[in-house]
Amino acid sequence: MKRILALAIIGLILLVLIVRVAQGEMPNPFTDLEGFGIWFAALLTLAIISFLYDDNPVYKFAEHLFVGVSAAYWMVMGFWSTLVPNLFGKLAPGWTMSLFLSERAELTRDPLWFMYFVPLAFGVLLLLRLTPKGGHLSRWSLAFILGTTAGLRLIAFLTADFMGQIRGTLKSVSGYTPAAIAGGATSYSFETMFWDLIAVIAILAALSYFYFSKEHKGAFGRFARVGIWVLMVTFGAGFGYTVMGRIALLVGRIEFLLVEWLQVL
Amino acid sequence: MSRFYRIVEAINELDKRWVFLVVGLAVVTATIFRLTFPEVPTEMVEAIYEKVENLPAGSRVVLPFDYDPGSEPELQPMADAFVRHCAEKGHKMYFIALWPLGQSMVAGVIDNVLREEYPDLVYGEDYVDLGFKAGNEGVIAVILTDLKKLYTTDSRGNAIDRIPMMQGISSIRGFDLILSVSAGYPGLKEWVQYGGTPGNIPVAGGCTAVQAPLLYPYYPDQLLGLMGGIKAAAEYEYLVMEGYPKFKERPTRYLTALIRMGPQTVAHLSIVFFIVLGNVTFQILRRRRRRMN
Repeated sequence: MKRILALAIIGLILLVLIVRVAQGEMPNPFTDLEGFGIWFAALLTLAIISFLYDDNPVYKFAEHLFVGVSAAYWMVMGFWSTLVPNLFGKLAPGWTMSLFLSERAELTRDPLWFMYFVPLAFGVLLLLRLTPKGGHLSRWSLAFILGTTAGLRLIAFLTADFMGQIRGTLKSVSGYTPAAIAGGATSYSFETMFWDLIAVIAILAALSYFYFSKEHKGAFGRFARVGIWVLMVTFGAGFGYTVMGRIALLVGRIEFLLVEWLQVL
Repeated sequence: MSRFYRIVEAINELDKRWVFLVVGLAVVTATIFRLTFPEVPTEMVEAIYEKVENLPAGSRVVLPFDYDPGSEPELQPMADAFVRHCAEKGHKMYFIALWPLGQSMVAGVIDNVLREEYPDLVYGEDYVDLGFKAGNEGVIAVILTDLKKLYTTDSRGNAIDRIPMMQGISSIRGFDLILSVSAGYPGLKEWVQYGGTPGNIPVAGGCTAVQAPLLYPYYPDQLLGLMGGIKAAAEYEYLVMEGYPKFKERPTRYLTALIRMGPQTVAHLSIVFFIVLGNVTFQILRRRRRRMN
């Protein structure tokens, strides 16, 4: 009975859509490419939303399509925006311009052009992962990627996160307003100083919760409990923001369905 | 069991799909009736607006668009608002993308905002699309010292040295502002870590709501302003609308974030209702179980 009712509702909705398309109140998927694109996007949106009811093959199809298209797009963009101008263009500028780019690119040979064989070799080694016997050779490329990434991140972390955060925290308790700090002005606010002091205490409390060399008892234990509250407030703010983000995406899709597809607004 | 407890138990075991349905209907209803609520700009959003507003005309602004269509409903309103504000002030805009799909988002803004609303602005003189480059934070680290090492052409295949607004530029060091729109990694955080802090370049930007709590610690010392999610985008639109009243004329085009905040608020209220309802029924049933034991 439920199945018949569901089929009847779906049939009724399809009938309404067909009548609206026939009357020109909705984009026609058969007459122009834009109309087809809007219908395709709308049906994929509904396919993804259908997961909220239950997992189903239509959702799986939309999900796989999205992943496949994203991966392909990533590869194509990487080829045209990085490999062509930054590798082929350095190794063989004339050939690259005639084959891939126009003369407007005006690529010239770098004096150290032969150095670009190094990233080319590393790239080829990385692709050997796909072969049955040469997989171990890709470790050289991975080692290089890991090493440079770790080095790059270590420096950035020490300057921007470690030192920068300590400096920023202590600077804020000086009582200067954020706008004053940004603009280099000298206005002074007791209110700002008060709230920044609260922030510093909250930071110390949260850090003390993760300090395990001393037993969490007595005054230190109570201070660490304050740290738990700070963490809970942080998680709550994170959850609230996450809900806002997800609802914003839903609003965007509903707007698309109502405005561009159904054209009821 | 009394009828009251049967109802309470039914609510307590309510299928989550009813919650989804109610939230969905709340969003649809608020969207159809175009519900809007007043926005009060926060200090963090005002700081960005003031920075863009107070930069002299012709200032060089890097606009990294590190997002894709997946976060477009949240980030597109703030990207549009940033570009409109920069165009109104006559700043030079340098678009960059560290996400492959970011380049498409840049193309969309150029077509929908700059070409349609500011046809007098000239590509290459007032704005340039440097396009996507693979390498994540490595790209930022390189262009901080030698921009032309990575960017030999713009996204359209023009030689970088032939673009008028690229003349005399060797790196992004010395730029007046980095105004990022970011949906994750690499994004605003990386622009702070690898661009703003080491290069001493002012950084501000907007991010998805999910990212915002992770970026708050950088404000105000390393990040002069932060816009988290659609709420902050609505605040920025409000400020731009107040500063440039012509944007009040077509709210559906210029004030998309403000319009989207109506359904957002209604959806939040319905979620809060379910959270309260769930907790109340849980407590009632817990007390009943204790009494019975």
